[in-house]
Amino acid sequence: MRKVYITGFGQTRVQEHWGRSARDLATSSILEALERAEVEGADALYVGNALGGELTGQEHIAALIADFAGLTGTEAVRVEAAGGSGGAAVRLGYIAVASGLQNVVIVTGVEKMSDLAGPAVEEALATSADEEYEGVQGLSPVGLSALLMRRYMHEYDCERRDFAPFSVNSHQNAVNNEYAMFRRPITVEAFEKARLVADPISLLDSAPAADGAATVVLCSEQVVGTRKRATVEIVGSASATDSVALHDRGNPLFLHAAHESVQGAYAQAGVAPEQIDLFEPHDAFAILSALSLEACGFASEGQGVRLAMEGEIGLGGSIPICTMGGLKGRGYPVGAAGVYQIIEVCQQLLGEAGANQVDAWVGMTQSLGGTGATAVTHILKGPR
Amino acid sequence: MMKPLRDVGIVGYGAYVPRYRITAEEISRVWKMGEDNLQLEEKAVPGLDEDTTTIAIEAARNALRKAGLDPDKLSAIWLGSESKPYSVKPTATIVAEAVGATPHTSAADWEFACKAGTEAMQAAIGFVGSGMAEYAMAIGADTAQGRPGDQLEYTAGAGGAAFIVGPKEESMAYLEGSFSYVSDTPDFFRRPGQQYPTHGNRFTGEPAYFTHTMMAVQQLMGDLGYDPDDYDRVVFHQPNSKFPKRVAQRLGFVEDQYRDGLLVPFIGNAYAASAALGLAAVLDKADPGERVLLASFGSGAGSDAFSFVTTERITRGRNPLPSVRDYVNRRREIDYARYARQRGKLVMY
Repeated sequence: MRKVYITGFGQTRVQEHWGRSARDLATSSILEALERAEVEGADALYVGNALGGELTGQEHIAALIADFAGLTGTEAVRVEAAGGSGGAAVRLGYIAVASGLQNVVIVTGVEKMSDLAGPAVEEALATSADEEYEGVQGLSPVGLSALLMRRYMHEYDCERRDFAPFSVNSHQNAVNNEYAMFRRPITVEAFEKARLVADPISLLDSAPAADGAATVVLCSEQVVGTRKRATVEIVGSASATDSVALHDRGNPLFLHAAHESVQGAYAQAGVAPEQIDLFEPHDAFAILSALSLEACGFASEGQGVRLAMEGEIGLGGSIPICTMGGLKGRGYPVGAAGVYQIIEVCQQLLGEAGANQVDAWVGMTQSLGGTGATAVTHILKGPR
Repeated sequence: MMKPLRDVGIVGYGAYVPRYRITAEEISRVWKMGEDNLQLEEKAVPGLDEDTTTIAIEAARNALRKAGLDPDKLSAIWLGSESKPYSVKPTATIVAEAVGATPHTSAADWEFACKAGTEAMQAAIGFVGSGMAEYAMAIGADTAQGRPGDQLEYTAGAGGAAFIVGPKEESMAYLEGSFSYVSDTPDFFRRPGQQYPTHGNRFTGEPAYFTHTMMAVQQLMGDLGYDPDDYDRVVFHQPNSKFPKRVAQRLGFVEDQYRDGLLVPFIGNAYAASAALGLAAVLDKADPGERVLLASFGSGAGSDAFSFVTTERITRGRNPLPSVRDYVNRRREIDYARYARQRGKLVMY
């Protein structure tokens, strides 16, 4: 298996881009990434996109984006795994280069969500659940996550406000990220007072649906050899699944897919949790951050929330998370989120994270689909 | 900037607000939404026997009294509303008949969401300003709808305001110029047969309300060569209490300039009557020689901005005619159950 490097990346700011379409956003990020990677084209384009058909009526989006990005003729395919689409697309690109079949691939995550009003977006998001058992009952991602959070609070004796540090941390880190949607801090008091969306989840522990596109360029060692710019290596890549329906899981508070994928990535990279300098989890809801921290071995079961309360997830903590704002602060363009995570870890490993810079050599991302039925984990190593 | 060949002004105006009120607290009791929705104190609710027609008639009668005008001198009665009792059949003809303006008059309903009333005013200015008519009446009146549980439940209010446009020499406030700014921006709409409107959340803000209102106002003020402090009073469309304050601040106005025209905390968003009622409230208090800016906003989307200057006649008829504040202060609180009955929200499928 060959080594795989990230030689370029580009991203649009996450926000409600009322005047821009998915193809437009995607093209911006691709052109920026290609310029940085100093390549003009690629062997393939893998597009992470979760809801293009549901939200904009546009399927077949990979060929469309290839065409508009000036890559007409290039192999292009869309990868869909709900919220894990971006991570899954990166993994597909990784497999393509590592296998030796392709030398340069472009991985783009894109989601255009602001064309429809709130209820229609929620309906589309709900397609990530088990339609016949969950969706039909009216359960959407926020409802399912609320069930998880309620159970967590019951099992581990904590309160709603104990989850506040996750959102406070994300918003604080988003302040210095020019690509973030919410560049303003929030307080614990604001978190406590925020309007409930699905009790106990409030507006301030739900990542915002938004528009955005992010692109990374993956290259083989042979291509990188001629590049001068410092690059990041993907040293671990693994993906796993769990039952889609929450009720089919023996212990819903343990994310088995997240655990399986992280174990695969650790084994491949030859690292342990203690050697991970920063972690970008799938913080669509604060409860998912807590469960990811536990599944990945940063905290034991029931201790993820405590870890946040003790300040260990901050930029100076033992395991900084959401260092550029995470899904909560940077924003959550569903199928693009996993690619934004990869870029943010690259920024940290290359010393380009500005005021949010952490001392990092090894960073990890985890992209989840649904309530963790899909989990894709990547471990990246910087040039140091 | 738009200005008719012949100078015109407002020769009379009148308002009406239904007496019933439901408080934001009461709505929040039922729907259990958080405190961030409680930016309004309460909103006006029409009674069981009130609708856009009756509200418009009350406002039109007050305007005629204020002007001291014989109703058959009106050459137009134009009503802007998004809650017309009939889909097909003009409401304006009922108003015209009721106030005694028929049959030698023009009458029609206007549709442009919340700016239908000021669009009617633009037309009335043109009608009189061209010499086709001596007097024309423009009315904005609404009994706005909000889906139960929707954010609009807190704001969708009711009310009406009527303005008689006539020669400048007879006016209480003469027109300096106006400006209209529109684009196809679908921030809020209701399709035929739908009972309640659809809105685009934040999309109703920046690209819709703020862009259109600011463009209309800035271009009008630019053409007239005025700065914010040239105005004594300013009135904006009031879909909630945040937007009009924010747009005023962004345009460089201060609270002293917009306070008297800000009615939304007490009556809600009266849609086509929202900015129009604000203007009426401001004229109620203005002294002669004051410069007044009015800027409406209608979803879909557009804004009409007008610059008026009050004359010596502005204080005419202040007593005994009821002021906008009199109507605002005349209140009877109802609970959500009565509100649901009065607004026809009790529908079983």
